[in-house]
Amino acid sequence: MSTTANTDSRSRGKAPAGERVADWADGRLGIYSLAKANMRKIFPDHWSFMLGEICLYSFIIIILTGVYLTLFFHPSMNEVEYHGSYVPMQGQLMSEAYKSTLEISFDVRGGLLIRQIHHWAAIIFLAGMFVHMMRVFFTGAFRKPREINWLFGFLLFVLGMFTGFTGYSLPDDLLSGTGVRFTQGAILSVPIVGTYISMFLFGGEFPGDDFVARFYSIHILLLPGIMLGLVVGHLILVFYHKHTQFAGPGRTNKNVVGMPLLPVYMAKAGGFFFLVFGVIALIAGIATVNPIWALGPYRADQVSTGAQPDWYMGFAEGLVRAMPGWEINLWGHTLVLGVFIPLVIFGLFLALIAVYPFIESWVTGDKREHHILDRPRNAPTRTAFGVAWITAYMIMLIGGGNDIVATHFHLSINAVTWFVRIGFFAGPVIAFIVTKRICLGLQRRDKDKVLHGRESGIIKRLPHGEFIEVHEPLSQEHMYTLTAHEQYKPAEIGPTVDENGVERKAKSSEKLRAKLSNAYYGEGNQIPKPTVEEYREITSGHGHH
Amino acid sequence: MSSQDIPEENLPAEQGAAHGAVGVADEKHPFADPGLPPHEHRIQDIDERAAKRSERTVALLFTVSMLATIGFIASFVAIDVDKSVYIWPLGHISALNFALGVTLGIALFTIGAGAVHWARTLMSDVEVADERHPIEASPEVREKVFADFKQGAKESAIGRRKLIRTTMFGALTLVPLSGVVLLRDLGPLPEEKLRHTLWSKGKLLVNMNTNEPLRPSDVAVGSLTFAKPEGLEEHDHGFQNEIAKAALMIVRIQPENIKDKRELEWSHEGIVAYSKICTHVGCPISLYEQQTHHVLCPCHQSTFDLSDGARVIFGPAGHALPQLRIGVNDEGYLEALGDFEEPVGPAFWERG
Repeated sequence: MSTTANTDSRSRGKAPAGERVADWADGRLGIYSLAKANMRKIFPDHWSFMLGEICLYSFIIIILTGVYLTLFFHPSMNEVEYHGSYVPMQGQLMSEAYKSTLEISFDVRGGLLIRQIHHWAAIIFLAGMFVHMMRVFFTGAFRKPREINWLFGFLLFVLGMFTGFTGYSLPDDLLSGTGVRFTQGAILSVPIVGTYISMFLFGGEFPGDDFVARFYSIHILLLPGIMLGLVVGHLILVFYHKHTQFAGPGRTNKNVVGMPLLPVYMAKAGGFFFLVFGVIALIAGIATVNPIWALGPYRADQVSTGAQPDWYMGFAEGLVRAMPGWEINLWGHTLVLGVFIPLVIFGLFLALIAVYPFIESWVTGDKREHHILDRPRNAPTRTAFGVAWITAYMIMLIGGGNDIVATHFHLSINAVTWFVRIGFFAGPVIAFIVTKRICLGLQRRDKDKVLHGRESGIIKRLPHGEFIEVHEPLSQEHMYTLTAHEQYKPAEIGPTVDENGVERKAKSSEKLRAKLSNAYYGEGNQIPKPTVEEYREITSGHGHH
Repeated sequence: MSSQDIPEENLPAEQGAAHGAVGVADEKHPFADPGLPPHEHRIQDIDERAAKRSERTVALLFTVSMLATIGFIASFVAIDVDKSVYIWPLGHISALNFALGVTLGIALFTIGAGAVHWARTLMSDVEVADERHPIEASPEVREKVFADFKQGAKESAIGRRKLIRTTMFGALTLVPLSGVVLLRDLGPLPEEKLRHTLWSKGKLLVNMNTNEPLRPSDVAVGSLTFAKPEGLEEHDHGFQNEIAKAALMIVRIQPENIKDKRELEWSHEGIVAYSKICTHVGCPISLYEQQTHHVLCPCHQSTFDLSDGARVIFGPAGHALPQLRIGVNDEGYLEALGDFEEPVGPAFWERG
């Protein structure tokens, strides 16, 4: 249709202005083939698919406000005396970085608002990524063909943490300087190269004159540059793979059901950008974040109580706080395990996210594409594993604020710390078992619903006096939805006798996989779906019971 | 890989395939996929008046946005940057920040609300199905790509001319070294920098708050005093680096309450001087319990017993706080009798 219109307009040579601009661009960029594939692209609808959008939009908001802030911020550690408009700081020595942040907050009209939008958006960006990642994990959306996009997302999450950290370190206030000191102390704990990394990063001893300028270029150029590339790649892959969808009538692994990009998602997603931006602007208008003027400029010999990093660094903070202070002195060297072990656990714990899709695909041996999302209950072991991870994460988040928890709830700091130490190991185990039980219970309920119908709440009295509750059979749509999920058979160790009758030893990797596969899909680890026979037996017989 | 050895039939069947394709549920396929449900009309689809109402709502939202933007500009011009107002329950806050945040928030939010309401009530909500195609290429394409690659590789002769290949890899491996070497001047080598502080024999202990040298009589039992070495002034270049190592914590403990023998020896009439920098990751320690003589680092709650060689009694710190040996000079001022005997602050590999 559009092609004929184009040829017509070209031959007539006086198409409407919009069409002529589009023709001009197509002649140079070939936009029509791109538009043909994407303009009416179908996106499925589900509330949880918005979580990723929140991340994208807060990222855009961060870039917009960040560019504005660079116009006023001076990334310099030169010590100057303050004689600005904020009276309590008169005559104080501070770095230019801190002074310019005060000026942004008190002298630039709207500067405080933009600073607060920037910081709130960063907090929401990280929280959004965390929740978005949970959505993708618990629904199995990371499976083939989306493993690489999962890795992109993982990298965005990790880089986002460090971009946030380098960002809130820039104002050189007492709190952020304390955070930087913590980081430097942690770097020193790295065996062999720790002191060298510290000297090179800070241009000498802590704090030196360089770190604000260096963090600045990392914060505004290096990390966001990489992240922007990853975001673009992430989105291209979302378009290329087409969005996943939940099982339901008419929705198969070979189609995608929803509404077209133009106009519905253009309006909904475009509108959602404004909703996110609007909410963040409102928050920034009424809620203070990081009041650096209350904290004062950084001094290496001063600190305030209740020092807390931004929430996404709380997990690392918790690990460092909960770890006993082990130090080993050998042959004139010190192994600072009390700080280095938390550093390693921090890395490994995050790396678990990155490798999980590959572990699961190895266990299942499934090489097919998956576009239908799992309901979390239908993958009990995966769900339990995810909840266990989150439990450990949350316990360490509590540990990162053990002083705040202790003072707010009138608890002993020692007791809170011991709770965190034990909870880090016991919590995930308990969470795993409980979650798996709940998932299996929900699976049983689904099965009951399919076989016996929905409880209608209507009590009927039979002629001989017995009371029964009437069960209503489910609709076909509902029944299909509840039985559409896949169920794996546990993998077995292959034949231990080859075709020539020679015995071979099963490899240990094979045994491990058989064991894992059994833990995922073996008896008692998933409830078999109702079969046609079961259904017929119940429905054709005595109706209900 | 070894995952190949799970047989295909062990994998679950495709969703829905087991029960046949789209169809009506019958005896044989009670759970069959019934296909897309029929479209249900919204009130706006059938009642033009309802559609008109939606249109007016959307337009109203967009109008509110325009008014809010005007409000934003008006606030920017009219409200003083240092004006503060009391707004319940927020307390005293910057009037300009509040006005700008609220107007900008409304201006943006109503655009979003309008667009979403438009999409939900007036744009078509008929669900359509689009086909998916496998991501991986067809075998023919795969063959072609490999053939092309082999031909290209062959024409380049990279496999045959080994000398070129080897030297090229050598050159490409070496060239990034220039970049690595360039990073050398990011900072100095550690050398002995972390081992020494400004303290040396005869340096007076100067009260951090009053900037006056301390006498023993200035330090009362139960008080916590912070000190720096004489000659180190706030305005000096490098003050931060020096104070980050030299900061001192001074308390007076009844000599009979000091449990550690060396601590008593290094003290003066029960006045003891310890590094203020936590041995965990370097926060300045600042909380003192005068009855127990415990000090607590507010960052990670490492707790040290100042009456017992500042050993760690709780928290993640790995070793005791270094003590500075002090005495009194001829004029009656507290002075250092040397530098710390061990490095202050967090532990590191070369610390030993």
